[in-house]
Amino acid sequence: MASDAHGASLGSDAAAHGAAAGLAHHFDSYEQQRDSAALGMWTFLVTEILFFGGLFAAYGLYRSLYPEVFRASSHTLSIQLGTFNTVVLIASSLTMALAVRGGQTGRGKLAAVFLALTLVLGSTFLVVKGFEYHEKFVEHHVPGASFHFEGPDATHAQLFFSLYFLMTGLHALHMVIGIVLVGYVAKRAWGGAYTPENHNFLEGTGLYWHFVDLVWIFLFPLLYLIGRH
Amino acid sequence: MTATPSAAPAAGETTSEGGPRTHYLNAAYGLKSWLLTRDHKRIALLYLVSISVFFALGGLMAVLIRMELATPEGDLFQPDIYNRLFTMHGVLMIFFFLIPGIPAVLGNFLIPLMIGARDLAFPRINLLSWYLYSIGGLFTLWALLHGGVDTGWTFYTPLSTNYVTTSVLTVGVGIFIAGFSSILTGLNFVVTIHRMRAPGLTWFRLPLFVWGHYATSIIQILGTPVVAIAILLIAAERALHIGVFDPKLGGDPVLFQHLFWFYSHPAVYIMILPSMGVISELVATFSRKPIFGYRFVAFASIGIAVLGFLVWGHHMFVAGQSIYAGVIFSVLSMLVAVPSAIKVFNWTATLYKGSISWDTPMLYALGFIGLFTIGGLTGVMLATLGIDAHVHDTYFIIAHFHYIMVGGAIMGYLGGLHFWWPKITGRMYPVFWSKLSALVVFIGFNVTFFPQFILGYLGMPRRYHSYPPEFQVLNVMSSAGATVLGLGYLIPLVYFIWSMRYGPKAPANPWGATGLEWQTTSPPPVENFLTQPVVTAPPYTYASPKRGPEVTVGV
Repeated sequence: MASDAHGASLGSDAAAHGAAAGLAHHFDSYEQQRDSAALGMWTFLVTEILFFGGLFAAYGLYRSLYPEVFRASSHTLSIQLGTFNTVVLIASSLTMALAVRGGQTGRGKLAAVFLALTLVLGSTFLVVKGFEYHEKFVEHHVPGASFHFEGPDATHAQLFFSLYFLMTGLHALHMVIGIVLVGYVAKRAWGGAYTPENHNFLEGTGLYWHFVDLVWIFLFPLLYLIGRH
Repeated sequence: MTATPSAAPAAGETTSEGGPRTHYLNAAYGLKSWLLTRDHKRIALLYLVSISVFFALGGLMAVLIRMELATPEGDLFQPDIYNRLFTMHGVLMIFFFLIPGIPAVLGNFLIPLMIGARDLAFPRINLLSWYLYSIGGLFTLWALLHGGVDTGWTFYTPLSTNYVTTSVLTVGVGIFIAGFSSILTGLNFVVTIHRMRAPGLTWFRLPLFVWGHYATSIIQILGTPVVAIAILLIAAERALHIGVFDPKLGGDPVLFQHLFWFYSHPAVYIMILPSMGVISELVATFSRKPIFGYRFVAFASIGIAVLGFLVWGHHMFVAGQSIYAGVIFSVLSMLVAVPSAIKVFNWTATLYKGSISWDTPMLYALGFIGLFTIGGLTGVMLATLGIDAHVHDTYFIIAHFHYIMVGGAIMGYLGGLHFWWPKITGRMYPVFWSKLSALVVFIGFNVTFFPQFILGYLGMPRRYHSYPPEFQVLNVMSSAGATVLGLGYLIPLVYFIWSMRYGPKAPANPWGATGLEWQTTSPPPVENFLTQPVVTAPPYTYASPKRGPEVTVGV
């Protein structure tokens, strides 16, 4: 999606214009094109908030109905791995911001290096997440026929883990999309595709990446830190 | 009448003396030039063809439903087939005709023209959204060929997740994908309206059509993702048994209803707001008057969009929500009547002492005003808890929302299509047949759906293939009306297709309307305007019919 949000500015169709390389035919100026790309991306992120919002609403409803079993279930999650992943993602947001800065100032190679770092950090997050999922499988905390939970209210513990897998799963899916985008943008940045006038695609990818990080910033306390204050 | 010469031929227009003029239709030929186009005008035509297909299919389902209901016994279809028929009728009509409807066809074509832009902000996304719509539609057709789905278009859990064996997943995937098409269209419109307006075109100089689409886009952007996640959760529960709605898994099925209606009630306004935008254009143009209370009409669109998000609970008055929630949703639902009434009153005030002409688009506009008023006022009745408990799930509901969706949204769609057809195709359609069909549609519609108010009030429930014999007279009346209505929809299909080849050539501005889209040629050139338009006046400057439109082209 993001690739198309800024597709108009990629330059494949506008390159023919020569003097205004990277300026799509229907825009009057780079400024208008940049403003449009930014507004488009922000609007897209609003839809993402609503998309996750349905899950957060479900979480809010069931946690307020079954606070005790949600707390007990939350304690089975690895707070160490969760914290580690939170730090990894915050660091990736920093490298992403530096990459966008590199694009803004026309230093494509620098941007590519920071994007590569972002990619490594994002992949680290997913690998750690994979270990966490594996642990849940081993402990029979995956909803389904083999679900098992020691406690008074296994039904609603299963509900917690359903939400856990849905929310972190949807987040992980967004991470995968983000990593593909970052890889693509890194390749183009290394090739010098982004100029101070037109680095809209890079900036849009950055916005997307920060958004996905922010979702995690909400998921981490809601899922891992219940009752640990 | 239809060929009134343009009051102000577009500056710089090259007439056809030196061979045919190049416009968006003849600039390139071949399938590829259409399927890979990024021109908003061509994409609008792609949409026009595809939504017409789905409208025809949904209409076919309606025909079969009305045939079954012509007799009290369930003699034509088995109950489970009948369940699939009304479900597929709802799914096709709502998700694949009414919601894309006016925005994807008329909005797509007209918004850049109306604001003096060369295209939408994201032409590739525009094409992508048509492909998403088509893929979603293909999934749904695939499901249809494999037996369809029988949950009702609402997909209520646990019926949809635990019990039915029909193609819930396939249709769910289809709606999910088509939903992204809708989101992207809304996103494209919002960015375009914010960033691409011509010099001098301030917000309060925008045509009300554009305001209507802006409000619609807000709903598409904020609402659609919520139904998307609801569908995703149904899929997870059905396929993976990871559930948040199934009571056996600890969930609450009513949560699905909340998520579903959080989108699907505002979705009603996705259908009606663009139509209201069309009506504002038509009423002003054919009354030769500026719209009465422009700002009120504009803000009423935004008001409907905002209020629309606060009323979803009125679908759940009898679903076990608390009585306090019911009362609040009831009051908020009645509030929607305020901005809606502002529009109706302002259109009426615009008509007052106007120089009204009875061209075909105006016939649809006048039909809309009457039918929408009936649909809206019965909506206020239904917002009342007591009445709703009485007529819930009866034909009263069916009649009410068909007055809004068919009497409102489709009348506006047809009115708009007749208004802008000369601009879209560069051809005029036959006056007599178009006026006749407008009349046939109006009569057929009322004969079809008014009896359903009475049936519902008498207690005939929806979604049954048989009914007690005492309801037969009204049902036969309804089925007969549906036949007339169907005919009313077929006539335009024939003469629109005819007009594309044989219709007289349309001038740039056949209705003498203001608005930038009429200042360029018919059909418009690929870049919409040969020179950048500059706007110097508010819209609808019809104060003196002799004075030309106050829009300067080529400054």
